Amino acid sequence: MRITQGTFSYLPELTDDEIAKQIAYALDQGWPCSVEFTDDPHPRNSYWEMWGLPMFDLTDPAGVLYEVKECRKAYPNHYVRLNAYDAHYGRQTTALSFIVQRPPVEPGFRLDREETSDRRIRYTLHSYATDRPEGERYGDPL
Amino acid sequence: MGSGRWSAGVIPYAEMGYWKPDYEPKDSDILAAFRITPQPGVPPEEAGAAVAGESSTATWTVVWTDRLTSYENYQAKCYKVEQVPGQENQFIAYIAYDLDLFEEGSIANLTSSIIGNVFGFKALQALRLEDMRIPTHYVKTFQGPAHGIVMEREYLGKFGRPLLGATVKPKLGLSARNYGRVVYEALRGGLDFTKDDENINSQPFMRWRDRFLYCMEGVNRAQAATGEVKGHYLNVTAATMEDMYERAEFAKDLGSVIVMIDLTIGYTAIQSMAKWARRNGVILHLHRAGHSTYTRQKNHGVNFRVIAKWMRLAGVDHIHAGTVVGKLEGDPNSVRGYYDTLRLDHAAADPVKGLYFDQDWASLPGCMPVASGGIHAGQMHQLLHYLGEDSILQFGGGTIGHPMGIAAGATANRVALEAMIKARNEGRDYLAEGPDILRAAAKHSRELDIALSTWGDITFTYASTDTPDAVETPVSV
Repeated sequence: MRITQGTFSYLPELTDDEIAKQIAYALDQGWPCSVEFTDDPHPRNSYWEMWGLPMFDLTDPAGVLYEVKECRKAYPNHYVRLNAYDAHYGRQTTALSFIVQRPPVEPGFRLDREETSDRRIRYTLHSYATDRPEGERYGDPL
Repeated sequence: MGSGRWSAGVIPYAEMGYWKPDYEPKDSDILAAFRITPQPGVPPEEAGAAVAGESSTATWTVVWTDRLTSYENYQAKCYKVEQVPGQENQFIAYIAYDLDLFEEGSIANLTSSIIGNVFGFKALQALRLEDMRIPTHYVKTFQGPAHGIVMEREYLGKFGRPLLGATVKPKLGLSARNYGRVVYEALRGGLDFTKDDENINSQPFMRWRDRFLYCMEGVNRAQAATGEVKGHYLNVTAATMEDMYERAEFAKDLGSVIVMIDLTIGYTAIQSMAKWARRNGVILHLHRAGHSTYTRQKNHGVNFRVIAKWMRLAGVDHIHAGTVVGKLEGDPNSVRGYYDTLRLDHAAADPVKGLYFDQDWASLPGCMPVASGGIHAGQMHQLLHYLGEDSILQFGGGTIGHPMGIAAGATANRVALEAMIKARNEGRDYLAEGPDILRAAAKHSRELDIALSTWGDITFTYASTDTPDAVETPVSV
């Protein structure tokens, strides 16, 4: 399967040049960028690990792209996403967020059903990867 | 009994104090702009005064009991009348209402005053409420959208693009099990939301509880297939509040992120459901069923921008607000005005967009506008241009009618959308280059390729019946 979170998951993987253009757009809007990674891609996992702090003062797209590459190097089998943040009054939330690396194999999710009363079913999304301990989920050595 | 104001009988409204050309509206006044078409022989100031009178304290004759009140405070004041450019017999009457005239946080009370009796008044041929300025003093007495645009995006984990939806078709007749199939296919193909139609409630062919169960199976299966949060607008519209609460509770219990209501349930029921939605953490979608009966004709009724304002106050998270390019009424400038009204914290007066007043929302959350009705992937550049990023694009036929199936239709829409956002962010002139961008994206998406060859040329180009007309400088009379 292919996890389709993020703004561009239905397009072919963005090249680094294409990623740099998106970064340039975000910086033009005054949105600082940040890099995050995880091996727990459950859609309710809001808090991917932060690759350092958001780059509030970095205005050069090449600098942001460098951090993307460093994060990929350190976690070659994790999901990595790039976020742009809009701190303007009345907004103060993420403005753009897309995946810039995914594991070679994405095992996806099992849907667990607990049959309860009156034909109701309680659903739980179970990520196959998280059966293994953090750090070993997509083939990374500990 | 010396002065004429208190002589028994009938005297003109203007002379009773409802025409006050020197009145300076207070910051706390509620202001209204009415388009009036007086009967022949009725001067526009008198017609404006009559509207002010009949929507506030007046009755048709002098009553001595006015003298028991501080009536000057309670009288609405028509303070300006302008001729509508190019329309000899139409005028915009500006009327100010003191805040004391209205109950806090009640759309029902506000509307019973402003549009209560006055629309049937014989001295007018026609009357239309064009816009209102709601002072922040009054805005702050309303809950506003149960979640708002920012919270909805964070809750769904979806940023940087419009959201995508589809209404399940055919509207009527599908069994619950077949209906849930459409939900599953559309969501797994790439849509964020699917939607009940306004008239899907609980009919003999499909009862509400069965629909809810099958739809949630589809939603959860699609979440597992994509790793994304998905939703189906479960329409809880019903005959009584008790029924609606029962259905909404059941939807919440099943884990639905969103429920839906129709405008036909009435303002008070909408406010009740908005409170329920905030209390229970469920997004609230509003379908504007029935609005065209009173919003579409230019000389009579209530402009949709006023309905949009009332619904943001009432507290819905989503509201249908026009597509510009689809099959339903919507002039581009007017639609811009509706979208500004729903989304911005401060919307400036702009005659081109039909906005008569500055409107401050004092941090009341924004409401997500929904574009629905006769739109397809081939129009993606226009949709993004006209409607912007904080919107929900609903492709019903444009998803379900795809020759390769529903999931393929959904994928085509999602590919088209993401390609357009990517091109826009790269600095391309996406409106002009839209067709090229779509054709390039279709090279790696057979779903989009087929969608473009099926619907690429479909347009709905009819003249709008309702357009702003204040492009010329208004003439004071």
